[in-house]
Amino acid sequence: MYVTWDLMANAIVAGILLGGFYAAVAVGVTIAFGMLDIVNIAHPAVMMIGAFLAYLALNTFGIDPMITMVILAGVGLAIGPFLYRGYHALIEKRGDESLQGLAFFFGILFIVEIGLVMTFGVDYRALELSYLSKTFELGAVSIPARMLIPFVVAMIMCGLCYAYLFYTFTGRTILAVAQDVEAVRLIGADPQRSKSVAFSIAIATGLVAGVLLILIQPVEPSIGREFIGRAFAVCVLGGIASITGTVTAAMILGVAETLTASLIGPSWSPAISFGLLLLTLAFRPSGIFGR
Amino acid sequence: MNMDHTTVTSGVTQTDKRRRRTTELMIAAAGILLSLLLIVVGRTYGDYFYVASYVVLQFVLLATAWNVLGGYSGYVNFGSAGFFAVGCYTTILLGKLFDAPLAVCVPAAGIVAGLIGLGTGYLSLRLRGVFFSIATLALAVMLQTLIVNWSYVGGARGVYVLRPDTSGPFDSYVQLLAIVMCLMATAAVIVAVVVERSWIGFGLAALRDDETAAEAAGVPSLRLKLIATTLSGFLMGVAGAPFPYYITYVDPASAFSLAIAINTIAMPLIGGTATWWGPVVGALLLGITQQVLTVTISSAANLLIVGVLLVIFVAVAPNGIVGLVRKFRESRR
Repeated sequence: MYVTWDLMANAIVAGILLGGFYAAVAVGVTIAFGMLDIVNIAHPAVMMIGAFLAYLALNTFGIDPMITMVILAGVGLAIGPFLYRGYHALIEKRGDESLQGLAFFFGILFIVEIGLVMTFGVDYRALELSYLSKTFELGAVSIPARMLIPFVVAMIMCGLCYAYLFYTFTGRTILAVAQDVEAVRLIGADPQRSKSVAFSIAIATGLVAGVLLILIQPVEPSIGREFIGRAFAVCVLGGIASITGTVTAAMILGVAETLTASLIGPSWSPAISFGLLLLTLAFRPSGIFGR
Repeated sequence: MNMDHTTVTSGVTQTDKRRRRTTELMIAAAGILLSLLLIVVGRTYGDYFYVASYVVLQFVLLATAWNVLGGYSGYVNFGSAGFFAVGCYTTILLGKLFDAPLAVCVPAAGIVAGLIGLGTGYLSLRLRGVFFSIATLALAVMLQTLIVNWSYVGGARGVYVLRPDTSGPFDSYVQLLAIVMCLMATAAVIVAVVVERSWIGFGLAALRDDETAAEAAGVPSLRLKLIATTLSGFLMGVAGAPFPYYITYVDPASAFSLAIAINTIAMPLIGGTATWWGPVVGALLLGITQQVLTVTISSAANLLIVGVLLVIFVAVAPNGIVGLVRKFRESRR
């Protein structure tokens, strides 16, 4: 295949847009796994729930996904504390988290996936919206709205998470919990509450990321699993507990995937994230920005 | 295995050895009896009986294989479907290249999967706990992508496999497969007993409890982990080897199947991971239940049940059925 500059430019722009979406997926993992040590490999399942709720909302109630997104973020924040309490009571309290926690979330992942298969079937579902099919031309580079909208929403969401974590008291206690739980108690904050808030944020971002996913591409229940690798790859590459690292790593992954897809072939792109993850884990477990 | 020189240093006493010998003999006897029973019962119920038994026994083998690493050392392998598929595709490749018989494919599949297991063992040098698990998951997806893009072994479309002619004393090829699987599962359980009650098992248990402390005490952690990952990978590969002949049409979705990924982890965790019989109990119980349920309700629903059981057991009874039985015995004492 002859590679032109136009093709490269298009692939890179598409990659950055896609990377923005991956950041939305991974930011929840960065918060739950990186900061709270909760190995929520069921995060993509939360995403799939969001995607299918957006589908239902549009097709049965006629609610625009942009509104569904905001509602779901609220719902996520509202039910998050209960989910965290459940997880804490069942698994975290016992102290022996790694194996049991992993198996627990692995089970949840499958329950959600099979539950969705049984309710919606294995057909691909997509949202038919006129504004999604628009394309903006910027010189030789074309930017589809299908990619641009998720990118913008994702950046706003990551920005909000960043602002909350760094500029509010509770947010800062969440960052502190990630480093030293005892020290958080000493300054008079309740680590349990911080963790509960952080977990709720993670759930909310997962639901929103799901809505973004169904804006980008048709969705069926099992594609959630593809995002386990992507989310964890981005999280690890970005240095595990860093929001800015996550966004940067997500862009790198996005560009790597679109370049692979246009230079070698789209069927190879699932291997990119996992390959990147394996390489990072094997050679640089502290991430690209790690010391 | 010659264990004489380790007897003193690693705490394997003569009584332990004798006990192990008895257990091994009993399992071997049980395996052979079960094969004979399969033939006798199969005569009356026909081929479907073999089809169902094959799946259950395959899960006994997979659960035992997973437990050698996951249960004994605490390293959770999420990529078991990947190892299984490697075994499966080794058979397809050897069949296409050399028309190799099953007796050659099984050990070859084991060796290839074992080598990949060895690779993950080296990964465990740097990756502990959760990171190791995510890496194994990553490995499975990479392998799947590789197979999808490899058109010689069928690629994304899949490949048809012709069963060889049934020969010798067997009535049908499925009967042969069921008996082969029964003998392999028996052998795997014996391997698990040997590992569990030798210096390897004790060392792995030490790693599971506290890897740093074990290393400080002189436990050769890398060697032990490499043994466990290789052995576990080998057994999973072996489990996948006869699969192409069993379903006769293999595509990436059936080789890297959801059912295998979840059952292989759920069965040992539900049965109990600390002993060799936990995975066996879990696999028999869940395997048979699923076979009965698949006939009565859909296969998606029965995977859902496995998922729900897994979550319940992990949350409420983390030591599985073995743990519940032990607790019950102690409370009666």
